[in-house]
Amino acid sequence: MNPGGTTYRRVEQVMGMPISLALRGQHADDVRADAAWAAALASLREADRVFSTYRTGSVISRLDRGDLALADCPAEVAEVLAIAEQARVESDGAFDVRRPGEDGTVRLDPSGVVKGWAVQRAAAALAVLEDTDFCLSAGGDMVCRSQSPTSPGWRIGIEDPHEPGRIVAVVPVRNGAVATSGTAHRGDHIEDPRTGKAPAALASVTVIGDDLTWVDIEATAAFVLGDGAATWLAGRAGRTGLIVYADGRTELVGSAEDVC
Amino acid sequence: MRKISYWVLSTISTVVLLFSYHTSTSGPLATSSTTSQQPVVSSATSTSGSSTSGTVDESGGSSSSSSGSSSSGSSSSKASASSTVTGSVAQTRWGPVQVELTVANGKITKVSVVQYPNGNGKDAEINSYALPILVQETVDAQSANIDMVSGATVTSDGYVQSLQSALDQANL
Repeated sequence: MNPGGTTYRRVEQVMGMPISLALRGQHADDVRADAAWAAALASLREADRVFSTYRTGSVISRLDRGDLALADCPAEVAEVLAIAEQARVESDGAFDVRRPGEDGTVRLDPSGVVKGWAVQRAAAALAVLEDTDFCLSAGGDMVCRSQSPTSPGWRIGIEDPHEPGRIVAVVPVRNGAVATSGTAHRGDHIEDPRTGKAPAALASVTVIGDDLTWVDIEATAAFVLGDGAATWLAGRAGRTGLIVYADGRTELVGSAEDVC
Repeated sequence: MRKISYWVLSTISTVVLLFSYHTSTSGPLATSSTTSQQPVVSSATSTSGSSTSGTVDESGGSSSSSSGSSSSGSSSSKASASSTVTGSVAQTRWGPVQVELTVANGKITKVSVVQYPNGNGKDAEINSYALPILVQETVDAQSANIDMVSGATVTSDGYVQSLQSALDQANL
């Protein structure tokens, strides 16, 4: 392996967002890499087919309409809904995949779980590349893996929500996941499921941990919690994070205690 | 400073503890997994509560958290009784892996990888993540020397303007 070697990159659009892959090492740029990348993308597209709320024929849309029973859904639907329920409870409702639609009826939209979950699952297709490090990012949320102790690891830049295109912090990650929630690129797309309003206290929240499924959920929940985000995140074991407040202040979350 | 001496003592005692636990690993694995590069000063008994920390590694290296806080040896009268358990070697697709648990009061307080595929256990602690390192003034992606960008979800439409597209094209 050549740990400090060239980083090879690939990009595809899946689920309406850019999927970026960086590879280093033995199989960074060969047919094995091609096959692993194809498998990762296929995994993401499969998740989109099952979970997309934009596709009226998706499993999740049919489940929401009552055309399909949960028992008749693929097993991963129950898995995702179980994660969603755990997240709702642990965030006191700041994270919820069920919320009132425009007509007042409760709609099921597990997208907030599915993205991180699907990318974490897709990353398994890349982990089979021996002596190859990867960083798989879906629209700014990513899974990092370093296969060797001599690997340089991945340096992740955290975008400045007040000035997209610039970096407010850098975090080195060897094996783990990074997710950021905020409003910089899509406007106010995060809604407080308890009030229906867009949270205003924070500009962005970044969470670093072992699994993208959970750090992605936690970034979203923390963003909704606003001024309560730092306290809530500090109680999540094994996490570090960065909060950028709407007024420009920054706050780091995490310390040695979190290792426990 | 008392806290630093706690940390040093507990680290030393942990290292001693590790030496006393004979593992099947060869060489310096056990020691390297417990001495973190960037000790974050904390008392030997960890407490919950606010854990916001301003301790930042400006060098940009790994600032994995101190193992001193969780791997209580017996350095402090405050430290509760703890024991260290080393698991058997598991074969994974990446090579052999061996994990060590530190248990105090029936709770796992620390997980370390004492044998890691392809080498020693340096930087291989599970659930140990660096704190983000704030940059003095926001910088562009090139000067920050970064591999990927984490930001608010970028849709395909917004991607063209995004930093990540620059990185993808730069093929650094």
